[in-house]
Amino acid sequence: MARPMSTLQLIHLNKTYENGYEAVPGLDLGIDDGEFLVLVGPSGCGKSTVLRMVAGLEDVTSGDMLIDRVRVNDYSPQQRDIAMVFQNYALYPNMTVGENIAFAMKLRKVDKTTMDAKVKEVADLLELTAVVNRKPGQLSGGQRQRVAMGRAIVREPKLFLMDEPLSNLDAKLRVQTRGEISRLQRRLGITTMYVTHDQVEAMTMGDRVAVLRRGHLMQCASPQQLYHAPQNLFVAQFIGSPSMNVVRATVIDAGHAPALAIGTQTLALDDAACARLPGLRSMIGRDVAVGIRPEGLGKDGTGSLDVDVELVEMLGAELLVHASIEARSVKQTDDGVETGTDGRSMIVASLDTRNMVKVAERITLSVDTRQIHIFDLSTGGAIGLDVDR
Amino acid sequence: MTADLDEPIESAEHAARTSSSSSPTFGVGIESPRVTRTKRTISYGVLTFFALIYLGPFLLSIATSFKTSAGSLASPLSPIPNPVSTAAWKELLGFADSVVDIRLGRWTLNSIIITSCVTVGRVGLASMAGYSLARLSFPGRKLVLGLILGVMMVPGVVLLIPRFLILKELDIRNTYMGMIFPLLVDCAAIYLMKQNFEALPISVEEAARIDGASTFRIFRSIVLPMARPSLIAVTVLSVQGAWNEFTMFLVATDKPELKTLTLGLAQFQGGLGSGSNYPLLLGAALLTTLPIIVVFFTFQRYFTGDAAAGSDK
Repeated sequence: MARPMSTLQLIHLNKTYENGYEAVPGLDLGIDDGEFLVLVGPSGCGKSTVLRMVAGLEDVTSGDMLIDRVRVNDYSPQQRDIAMVFQNYALYPNMTVGENIAFAMKLRKVDKTTMDAKVKEVADLLELTAVVNRKPGQLSGGQRQRVAMGRAIVREPKLFLMDEPLSNLDAKLRVQTRGEISRLQRRLGITTMYVTHDQVEAMTMGDRVAVLRRGHLMQCASPQQLYHAPQNLFVAQFIGSPSMNVVRATVIDAGHAPALAIGTQTLALDDAACARLPGLRSMIGRDVAVGIRPEGLGKDGTGSLDVDVELVEMLGAELLVHASIEARSVKQTDDGVETGTDGRSMIVASLDTRNMVKVAERITLSVDTRQIHIFDLSTGGAIGLDVDR
Repeated sequence: MTADLDEPIESAEHAARTSSSSSPTFGVGIESPRVTRTKRTISYGVLTFFALIYLGPFLLSIATSFKTSAGSLASPLSPIPNPVSTAAWKELLGFADSVVDIRLGRWTLNSIIITSCVTVGRVGLASMAGYSLARLSFPGRKLVLGLILGVMMVPGVVLLIPRFLILKELDIRNTYMGMIFPLLVDCAAIYLMKQNFEALPISVEEAARIDGASTFRIFRSIVLPMARPSLIAVTVLSVQGAWNEFTMFLVATDKPELKTLTLGLAQFQGGLGSGSNYPLLLGAALLTTLPIIVVFFTFQRYFTGDAAAGSDK
């Protein structure tokens, strides 16, 4: 199939409902030709609203939406030349698989020979040939999902829009279908906007991932950048499972280099960590949020922290140790950055399975200080990486 | 119902099989087969009682239509005609002379014409109106819905005189149009269809919009097939309503050649010498009921079908 070139630009896109609720306050986002962009965020963050505005199913309150540099705000869904896969598949129950796939072509009065050939091509591609004469009610969840994909593919659209297409599949099928969609998108090269609340889906499928929170774009970057260089506390804690451990600390002067006072413990920072966080030296005496991912604990590292083990989970490839530490927890809430009032907080460490760790034991976890992240306690933004941002 | 009744028996039997053969002890909450059988007998007894209450008058009508006029007065509640007489049926079907003017063929034809037109009109208008109220956004939508609900609250008999006056003013009294037109729109059917359309997954319609379908095409090709059970319900209710309509026809016509079965039947009660001819009256009533029974049993299996199955998840 010939691939149409297409890009999407959202400029100050705003959606305010009649009751005054501002679902999307003003989004700026661009998708390059052939790119797979994933919109991810918790429920109610506005990701589906953005997708539906792009599809033309929701009116845009203000801002511009450009497909191939053409403003499409006032275009009807069919004029936008997009295809959408819905969360619940939205198949036409009275039509067979073949008729479902062919429906859009039938409306465009494509001749029957071409239509049949395309239906066959798509059915072959998605391994639906055996069920092409069945109705959706006679198909399994996975097959229905593929029919929905087929209906989108056959259009050869400028844009693929996918609204949580895997959320109704069981865990095993979801993993399998995730790979199939990624391969298919790369093979067809059609610019894709994919919405999910599952950060694993987002990280594994997207060329870039846009993290939304209450309609605001928190960060849009490659999965690697999101994971290793989150720009704010929300992204840091949303991306990654188990999520990043974040506790309150004070930057102190340890002589030759700054260090972090966490509760009654001091976490020394080596030269590599100081080089990565050059702005830290100017923050001596300041309270900050310190984040470290579970895999940054318990392996090679120059720092160390004493913790009390509360739970041990053996996952086969890794050992998750849930432990409490004498430090105040920090988390991003809807009202801003919130520091726990309790003097202790829970952290999770991902250890090698050969480690022998017992519940109620006090252990010392090594800390790979090259992996620590520092966040501002008032704004939640990442600091210290460069100049103080 | 049968499945519900059978289920505890299976559980009890399973418990009996798995428990020790020497000890008739059952698990907590599992009843013995004897208790279950007693419960089942009582359940069927109650069901049979209520079924007979509903079926009784119908069975009595059949029996009475085969009684003589004198026999029906002597033993009106007897379910067995004694002596058996087919005089009423011969009179009804034109094989014997009657004191009343029986034009069964003409009345049936009129009933069929009117019922067909009313049903087609009601189903078509109710589905379109229901869809527009459920899905389309237009000024005054809530007001229209309020008016429809308001009309549903008004007893039909209140509207008889206004209808009579309108038909007279429009000069369509004593015409088929005058008998059909007032019955074409049914607020209850519109409301039923609206509720049904609202329950359908809107994403299917959105998918069709993205595929390039117009609103009417979505309605015709996607929505109506999904609303099949409700369409059938409205069809059956319309057939039943129009077929059994009496007061409206009484107002709309006084021409003998426009009489429907219900109007014809009514003259048996008031006609000369037919006031006490119950076999004739109940025989005619049975004849008018038969088409409704046929329609109901034909469409019955479609009522519960989920026409939207497979559209989602």
